Amino acid sequence: MPEPVSPLIGRSVDGYIQIEDTGVRGQITLRGDLRSEGIAEVVRELVGVEIPDTWQIAQNGERKAVWMAPDELLLLLPRKEVPGAVALAGEMLGSQHHLVLDVSNARVVLRLSGAGVAEVLAKGAPCDLSERAFPPGSARRTRLGALAVGFWRLDEQVWEIIAFRSYAHHLMTWLEDAARKGAEVHY
Amino acid sequence: MSSRLASGGLLIDRSRPLSFSFDGQALQGYKGDTLASALLANDHVLVGRSFKYHRPRGILASGSEEPNALMGIGEGARFEPNQRATTTALHEGLVAISQNRWPSLKRDIGAVGNWLSKIAPIFPAGFYYKTFLWPRAAWKWIYEPVIRRAAGLGKPTTQADPDRYEHFHAHVETLVIGGGIAGLSAARKAAESGGEVLLVEQTAHWGGRALVDGDRIDGRDGPDWVKAETAALGAMPNVHMRLRAMASGLYDHSYVLISEQVADHRPGLPGAPRHRLWRVRANRIVIATGALERPLLFANNDLPGVMLASAVRDYIRLWGVLPGRRAVVFANNDDAYRTALALHEAGAVVAAVLDTRASVTGDLPARVRALGIAVREGHGIDHADGHHRVEAIEVSALDGAGRAKGSERIECDLVAVSGGWNPAVHLWSHCAGKLRWDEGEAMFRPDHDRPPLGADGEVMAECVGAADGVLRTAEILSGHEVEAPTEAPLEPFWFTPSRAPYAHGTKHFVDLQNDVTAADVRLAAREGYESVEHAKRYTTLGMATDQGKTSNITGLAILADALSSPIPKVGTTTFRPPYQPISFGVITGQAKGALFVPVRRSPIHGWSEANGADWEPVGDWRRPYCYLRAGEDRTAAVSREILNTREKVGMLDASTLGKIIVKGPDAGRFLDLIYTNMMSTLKPGRCRYGLMCNENGFLFDDGVVARLSEDSFLCHTTSGGSDHVHAHMEEWLQTEWWDLEVFTANVTEEWAQIGVVGPMARKLIEDAGTDLDISAEGLPFMAFAEGHIAGLPVRAFRISFSGELSYEIGTPAGHGLALWKALLAAGEKYGVMPYGTEALHVMRAEKGFIMIGDETDGTVTPQDLGLHWAVSKKKADFIGKRAQERPDLTRRGRKQLVGLDTEDPNVVLPDGVHAVKRVREHARMTTIGHVTSTYFSPTLKRSIAMALIDDGSERMGEWLEFPVGDKVLRAQIVDPVFFDRAGEKQNA
Repeated sequence: MPEPVSPLIGRSVDGYIQIEDTGVRGQITLRGDLRSEGIAEVVRELVGVEIPDTWQIAQNGERKAVWMAPDELLLLLPRKEVPGAVALAGEMLGSQHHLVLDVSNARVVLRLSGAGVAEVLAKGAPCDLSERAFPPGSARRTRLGALAVGFWRLDEQVWEIIAFRSYAHHLMTWLEDAARKGAEVHY
Repeated sequence: MSSRLASGGLLIDRSRPLSFSFDGQALQGYKGDTLASALLANDHVLVGRSFKYHRPRGILASGSEEPNALMGIGEGARFEPNQRATTTALHEGLVAISQNRWPSLKRDIGAVGNWLSKIAPIFPAGFYYKTFLWPRAAWKWIYEPVIRRAAGLGKPTTQADPDRYEHFHAHVETLVIGGGIAGLSAARKAAESGGEVLLVEQTAHWGGRALVDGDRIDGRDGPDWVKAETAALGAMPNVHMRLRAMASGLYDHSYVLISEQVADHRPGLPGAPRHRLWRVRANRIVIATGALERPLLFANNDLPGVMLASAVRDYIRLWGVLPGRRAVVFANNDDAYRTALALHEAGAVVAAVLDTRASVTGDLPARVRALGIAVREGHGIDHADGHHRVEAIEVSALDGAGRAKGSERIECDLVAVSGGWNPAVHLWSHCAGKLRWDEGEAMFRPDHDRPPLGADGEVMAECVGAADGVLRTAEILSGHEVEAPTEAPLEPFWFTPSRAPYAHGTKHFVDLQNDVTAADVRLAAREGYESVEHAKRYTTLGMATDQGKTSNITGLAILADALSSPIPKVGTTTFRPPYQPISFGVITGQAKGALFVPVRRSPIHGWSEANGADWEPVGDWRRPYCYLRAGEDRTAAVSREILNTREKVGMLDASTLGKIIVKGPDAGRFLDLIYTNMMSTLKPGRCRYGLMCNENGFLFDDGVVARLSEDSFLCHTTSGGSDHVHAHMEEWLQTEWWDLEVFTANVTEEWAQIGVVGPMARKLIEDAGTDLDISAEGLPFMAFAEGHIAGLPVRAFRISFSGELSYEIGTPAGHGLALWKALLAAGEKYGVMPYGTEALHVMRAEKGFIMIGDETDGTVTPQDLGLHWAVSKKKADFIGKRAQERPDLTRRGRKQLVGLDTEDPNVVLPDGVHAVKRVREHARMTTIGHVTSTYFSPTLKRSIAMALIDDGSERMGEWLEFPVGDKVLRAQIVDPVFFDRAGEKQNA
């Protein structure tokens, strides 16, 4: 079977931060009672981490679990593993009320890196992105300019941002404009 | 004569000369100059013409309160009108022009109004209200072309703004607004306690009045103290400092907007935004915005050369510019004597200090007297004379009522005026902080008992320093050692009344920018405008771009006097954001051009773009209206696409269709409540068309629901409706039916969807290669199956919005383009063509299918549309059920959906046109409905339309008339299904 294609086809931008399309990433929407042992087991099995707290991301190498809502997680896995993971999660949860869906194509995932990522995001996101309020491991669903986005901070200088696929070009153009050299806030 | 001094000027760098032009004349200034200081350095005292009367105007102030010196700055697309010369930093090559004058600043035809005004008052208060009432014809010949053009300021460019702008969100512990001594000291204190501090200052330098006024702090001169203090703050890691950053408004929830001028003084700086809008949330907001000096009024007080006393010494000390050679100071307070000292020191002749107070004591007057300068107690200016600038003044002793008597002429080219200071309380007032009247200083100051409050009821902002009404350095910097002269109290004094009749040539200007005089304010009071808010609107006092910074308090003092009412009882008008005008660009931020609005692109967007797509917006999406081929217009393309689909096979990019997964043990029950019809009885593998109504019973979305398994459904929504429908479902789940075990997920973006439509559709898919049985029996109408087509994973739905044999094929979005291309290739031998939304619309109208937004407008029920069959009568409840039982929704005679055949089959009714029984000339007609969809049907070779008509279903066969311009169109009511009523094609 041919490989699915990202709308940004691996585009990248060099501004005062670096912006790269990471291609079609394995993504699973998992909804259920996040306090239940069943969901915790699934997250341990598929991602190898405990369920992240509110506004947090838990990572295990390339495998990540992102807190999305009080009853929703986004799991990031290698794409090839997704069909098996969805089936396994369904089996493990059995009759426990849940929703598990392969949404690998629904969102683009961009990798943002550089010292100025928080500053660039602060040009469009109203949440507090200061060191104090947004240390590595933080995640937030918010907006960037006019777009609904989610982003999380993996380490000091590396972040990921997601947005719905149809908005990928707008997101890329927005980031390119905000991160152009000379537009530093020096905050 | 106004000129650059041989030395001095704290802010200018004499080693960096800059060239600029004013009204085409090449001039020179220095780095650090404002446009105003550079103009004065070149003896440009006359800088503009006034708003209504075209009177010559000069620079009054040195900062953001400037009412007169508005000019057009920049060229071409970067031209901006109404920019303040006093806040515009000079840069190399700056181009400025004066405004509201023709043919030139010195010879202006509009100023003829001045001559007229000596005979009769023109443009008095309420002029527009009184004048524009009648006669009607005057609108065309006089009001619009003459009067409206005579009054006004600069004209903006019609070209697009080439600069970029951006926003920036910041969250801090303490925000300090204003970088004078009060702000610096507040920032220092806040920073030392550890929290993050943002300190902003609207000008290009720190220190405020401390740079000019001569008080010594901690054993240092003001400028040195400021330097040391800013250096100390700059060294603190928790302090952010921004110059050229003006706080324009304070809003609820401790939210402050700040406009930063990033590149105005460095035009063309690569990558930089011209302006940046800071959107700041702070736990503590400190307002240290200082105070604004107010003038004293006298007849012809608007002549160039009449300046605020503080501005005069600013120009001398900050920019090394002497605004006049022979000066008079006119004041009611001690502070203005600083200006007399500065003038004397700079080499000007101070002909006299006129003080309204009967007895003048105090340190500063003593120093002035010691220099041999005449201090005239109890004196005022009766009027000023001059052509393009002040040449002389008539001086009088004032009687007890403040009236001038006797007179003496003093030649001078500069009049420095001071009527005291008004704290800049604007930000305090934006969120309803209240003010109290201070008798002693004759000013409104923040009332600490009634501060702006936050959502938690706690104080949201505090004022410090002059903004708080604390005007003396020693009181502002308590705890510091301050050497400053003691100052005697001022005398509340506003203007020297005229001896001539008001408004007859001798105008006392209160609001210089809007040309409002003392006489106008008094006229408003006489005509019954007793409320300060009414008087403001009647006279336009304080309504210009400066929002009356130098005129509001004086204006209301005059109003209070005319009403014989105390000032605090009259009160102030309401201060509203912005403090200073900010650019539209900075409000827009990045949202312009390609980023104006997010445009959603389907996975097939790029292919469509390269293959003739003529786009139309659908929600946030762009969808091809049609695919244009060489030499075709839209009509021809749409017609070709329809006929090809009906006769052979067409393909539609339906990826934009909303798709929502609803899953859980209660999913069926939930959908029975959401949809008007029954969904829980749907069998897995089958599809059902469903309608959604709101609580009022009105239809708002529709689509096909597929049951994926016992406990999961896929709900298709309209293209524009997916987000709304998803939010609607979640709202009901989260707020009303939280006991239902249901999860939803919007998977619109996960799936590309392609319609393969037409008699050859089945053959095409078979040729593309599939493991699905898509025969009429294997995949009947309203069934779906999962498998592969062209080697790609798909879900194929046998559903139709065209009345044709039709498959909608979903595939993960990343495969969408590959599937589209594979299907096109397979269909080549069948003559496949892609079709756009217009062909889609026409084909559905031929079948009488409704379109949300065409046949519905938020007041239409399913029953109105003849969709009774899709509204369950068995279900105990669904959203809208109760509403649909109300008398107005069940009554006979409601508007109902009908089809229309026009009398002339080639005439297409205009969209939305209203129907009447009979058109009657010159008489009222009752409209009985309107056209909702109307097209020329290439299939039927005639026009077709649908309409909502009163009692429509009972009127089959009736003829209706449609007045269209001066024509009358006729059409007959018919069944809305125009094509293949038996559905043989779609069921094939």
